[in-house]
Amino acid sequence: MRWGVVTFPGSNDDHDALYVVDHVLGADAVALWHKDRDLKGVDCVVLPGGFSYGDYLRCGAMARFSPVMESVTEFARAGGLVFGICNGFQVLCEAGLLPGALIRNRSLQFVCTRVHLRLEDTDTPFTCRCTRGELLTIPIKHGEGCYVADPSTLEQIEQNHQVILRYVDASGRATPDANPNGSLSNIAGIVNRQRNVFGLMPHPEHAAEKLLGGEDGLKLFQSVLAAYTEGARQGTTSVAPGH
Amino acid sequence: MRARVFITPKKGVLDPQGKAIEHSLHALGFSEAHDVHLGKYVEVSLDGLDSTHARQRTDEMCRKLLANGVIEDYRFEIEE
Repeated sequence: MRWGVVTFPGSNDDHDALYVVDHVLGADAVALWHKDRDLKGVDCVVLPGGFSYGDYLRCGAMARFSPVMESVTEFARAGGLVFGICNGFQVLCEAGLLPGALIRNRSLQFVCTRVHLRLEDTDTPFTCRCTRGELLTIPIKHGEGCYVADPSTLEQIEQNHQVILRYVDASGRATPDANPNGSLSNIAGIVNRQRNVFGLMPHPEHAAEKLLGGEDGLKLFQSVLAAYTEGARQGTTSVAPGH
Repeated sequence: MRARVFITPKKGVLDPQGKAIEHSLHALGFSEAHDVHLGKYVEVSLDGLDSTHARQRTDEMCRKLLANGVIEDYRFEIEE
């Protein structure tokens, strides 16, 4: 399986994602440049963390109009897997590939900490190797990670089981104290209706090795690989679209 | 021709910056201050457009880039 990681001007977790795919997961990883329309035949696109285009205007607002995003949008609409981490999540919301938006943390403070997340749904290529209700410990580091959506959108994504990760306390309860940024309903990660586009504020690529304090994030990467392998074995195109 | 665009948080969307400013105003004794919201102001010079087109084009700029309709409202003035 071949993964592509996009570098926008201001991306700073692109190499971390490339490292995890290549060295830890053992899959092919290629770098994609924001000015290129060519996705180099990848099976999954990662939009990494960072501060694309300096976060000018709004986080993700400029990146959305870069040439590579035209191809990523087309790829996503055709069922291709897109994995947006932190700034990547913001870009996906700005691009309309995921519902809602991410605004300034309610505390107005940048938060850099390890959080507990409850896995809400395993019926996605990004979580198929996880267990429903399991707790993951993964770091966050952001100033604008407060997820908001209008009430009807919120109701829809809950009904369609599009909420994939929620901030919880150590015993798995989604309390206000466990919410690091004020996100509505403690939402930390969502998928689109078709379940092929995933965005999350936490950084699974920074929780992929014991040496760095935990491996819970690796499960998400392993899920994608498993879903892809299974899809390829069955010859389905829903998870691994033709290029 | 010049457009002055005002972008504000949509009613009902969390505005933690507005809240923080309101608290500071109260701390300074401006107890009458309430419903404070922080937005953005953008100026754009426009070439070769009459005022009708300037309105249309500015509106398009707001919808496509300057404001995010999920969380923000906008209004603008065109200065001849």
